[in-house]
Amino acid sequence: MRLSGAKAIVESLKSEKVEVVFGIPGGSTIPLFDAFYDSDLRHILCRHEQCAAHMADGYARVKGKPGVCTATSGPGATNLVTGIAVAYMDSSPIIAITGQVPQQMIGKDAFQEADIVGITNPITKYAFQVTSASQIPDTVKIAFLLSSTNRMGPVLIDVPKDIFYEEVDLDSYQRFSLKGYNVRSGEPHPYSIKKAVGLILVSERPVIIAGGGVIASNGGEELVRLAELIMAPVATTLMGKGSIPETHPLSVGMVGMHGKGECNLTVEAADLIIAVGVRFTDRSTGNLEKFGEGAKVIHIDIDPAEIGKNVRVDVPIVADARKTLATLAKKLGEVGSKRGENDWTRRLREIKSQYSDKYKEADGGLRPSKLLRLLREGIPGKAIVTTGVGQNQMWAALHFQALEPRTFITSGGLGAMGFGLPASIGAKVAAPDRPIFNIDGDGGFIMTEQDLATAVVEKIPTVSIILNNRVLGMVRQWQCMFCDKRYSQTDLGKVPDFVKLAEAYGAEGVRVESYREFETAIRRSLRAEVPVVIDVPVSADEKVLPMVPPGKRLKEVVWYG
Amino acid sequence: MAEDLHMISAIVEDRPGVLFKVTSLIRRRGFNIATITVGGSEKENVSRITITMRGAPRVVEQMVKQLSKIPDVIKIIELTPDEAVYRELAMVKVTAAEPAKRSDILNYISIFRGRVIDASTDSLVIEIVGNPTKISAFLDLMKSFGIAELARTGTVALARGPRSSKGDEGS
Repeated sequence: MRLSGAKAIVESLKSEKVEVVFGIPGGSTIPLFDAFYDSDLRHILCRHEQCAAHMADGYARVKGKPGVCTATSGPGATNLVTGIAVAYMDSSPIIAITGQVPQQMIGKDAFQEADIVGITNPITKYAFQVTSASQIPDTVKIAFLLSSTNRMGPVLIDVPKDIFYEEVDLDSYQRFSLKGYNVRSGEPHPYSIKKAVGLILVSERPVIIAGGGVIASNGGEELVRLAELIMAPVATTLMGKGSIPETHPLSVGMVGMHGKGECNLTVEAADLIIAVGVRFTDRSTGNLEKFGEGAKVIHIDIDPAEIGKNVRVDVPIVADARKTLATLAKKLGEVGSKRGENDWTRRLREIKSQYSDKYKEADGGLRPSKLLRLLREGIPGKAIVTTGVGQNQMWAALHFQALEPRTFITSGGLGAMGFGLPASIGAKVAAPDRPIFNIDGDGGFIMTEQDLATAVVEKIPTVSIILNNRVLGMVRQWQCMFCDKRYSQTDLGKVPDFVKLAEAYGAEGVRVESYREFETAIRRSLRAEVPVVIDVPVSADEKVLPMVPPGKRLKEVVWYG
Repeated sequence: MAEDLHMISAIVEDRPGVLFKVTSLIRRRGFNIATITVGGSEKENVSRITITMRGAPRVVEQMVKQLSKIPDVIKIIELTPDEAVYRELAMVKVTAAEPAKRSDILNYISIFRGRVIDASTDSLVIEIVGNPTKISAFLDLMKSFGIAELARTGTVALARGPRSSKGDEGS
């Protein structure tokens, strides 16, 4: 069958079972959009390419399979960059298809030309530029394979405009050689398992740190099973939030700089750390030199380059998180090592009760911790939360209990403000039957606010809760704590009026002044058929606490600002 | 503590952009390399990139793992000086107008088994092949005569004996 390069892309996407593409057309992608015109692929027209990438990302994290976004050459492609970098840092599978100037103009600094393959090389698993339409079928196939296997991540396909017009024979297309990439079975090596089981059996105070890898591998159930078997408390990284229900008695919440105090202290007290699908970022470990002092470390990750990158490891296991957790539980079950209440679990309860009431907030205004607890009570367990970046994100991480994997979606590694709204739109497209809440700050919301238009026009009703303190709160908090309250450039002023802003887009805007109004707004938003923006004023002096100051070790928790 | 010399052979797909990916990764992750060379290999459409670096074993291990993640990298082979033969080529232009100097230079060339590949009344271009320490020793000698220009290729290396395929498969 012969067809144009543009149609070949559409057919290739369909054979990868793609249902939706997020993007904006432009000069170089006119032929691609002409092919979309009479295909049954759903295309969601965004208002900024960055949002197209975040939407594909939000979609991917809910579905567990690649999300697809598209942009034109030059500025369209460069606008995707932040979104691609977010997906790269958080190992989220997205496919970005960019138009490029026609081949004979490449390198001539043509109108809307940008070297997007060069620009995205360090933030993709692979960046392709096709040089003939006959490469398209295999390139798309391999792009999806790369994106969704081993450690997942973004892949870019750059398509010069002339190639959209060139014909390709679908029965005899060009193959792409990729001898250097092997899809891992993910099965843990028996020898590593034996060593890990040995360490677990002799440990008295085991702790599991669960990261994004547990969620990416759908290993939530296996995680809980292992934790219960060995009575190990489970700390999560930001990316691992939701891997264990946070109401579970063994859950101690998030670890790290802005983690729960009791969680950090639990990790410090451990004699064995079982780290699953984590990469030991500085935000999770505190002072790296002192991390895991006196403890043995088992590190499970699908990416061999993560082993030993930041933290010294006693037993490395390069494997799939879910499969390894299952195997460990099986082997431990065989030797009959089910643990009951013991000194460690009693100590754990002690640490928890000692610190659970230490969260203190400034007077005045509505308090984020209470708002987030009320949100949890007011929405179903399967509801999905996305976040912005900064204080709102850390408050959500600390005080909103995630009950299921893939229900807490956040820009963890890159920390890109503006992620929340577009990610919530992508999440809603992936899970139209589930309520989606974007917990955001006023500073971040403004960065991508124009895509309220997308949500309204495409009828994608998500709810944004803006914890509105009129400042760039996290930076301001550091200025307060470490710069002697010299608030340099963190005051945003009392604009905009978010209710009017929402209404201008045809969304619903609500301002709440009390907890009761907040609860009502949440309840009503669950039935809303248009996007909702809930503006919640909070004090600019409210801090994210506790906190481990930079360079300090995890137990050096600061409780008061 | 002196850091050991490490040699890394990366067997890669021969296509546009692969060298860029390798060097971009080295830069981005802050690895400090000494030399890098690229050229053909025994297979069609496959190139060999040879990298030398000094660094702690942990740093080298991390670089090997990161390089292995590039899908275009088919295989990485780590070579230690004991297990490998390795050579570098240098071309050096030396000023040599005085006959006495010129004969000294020719003596040294013969000791180091170099060759004169171009000569004029007041300069010589010398080709020398060997392991990098030998070349450095020769260049130290030439400095006293005055080096006008110098070009070194960087190291290429192969494993000794029949062994050829040991190494980390790319992932």
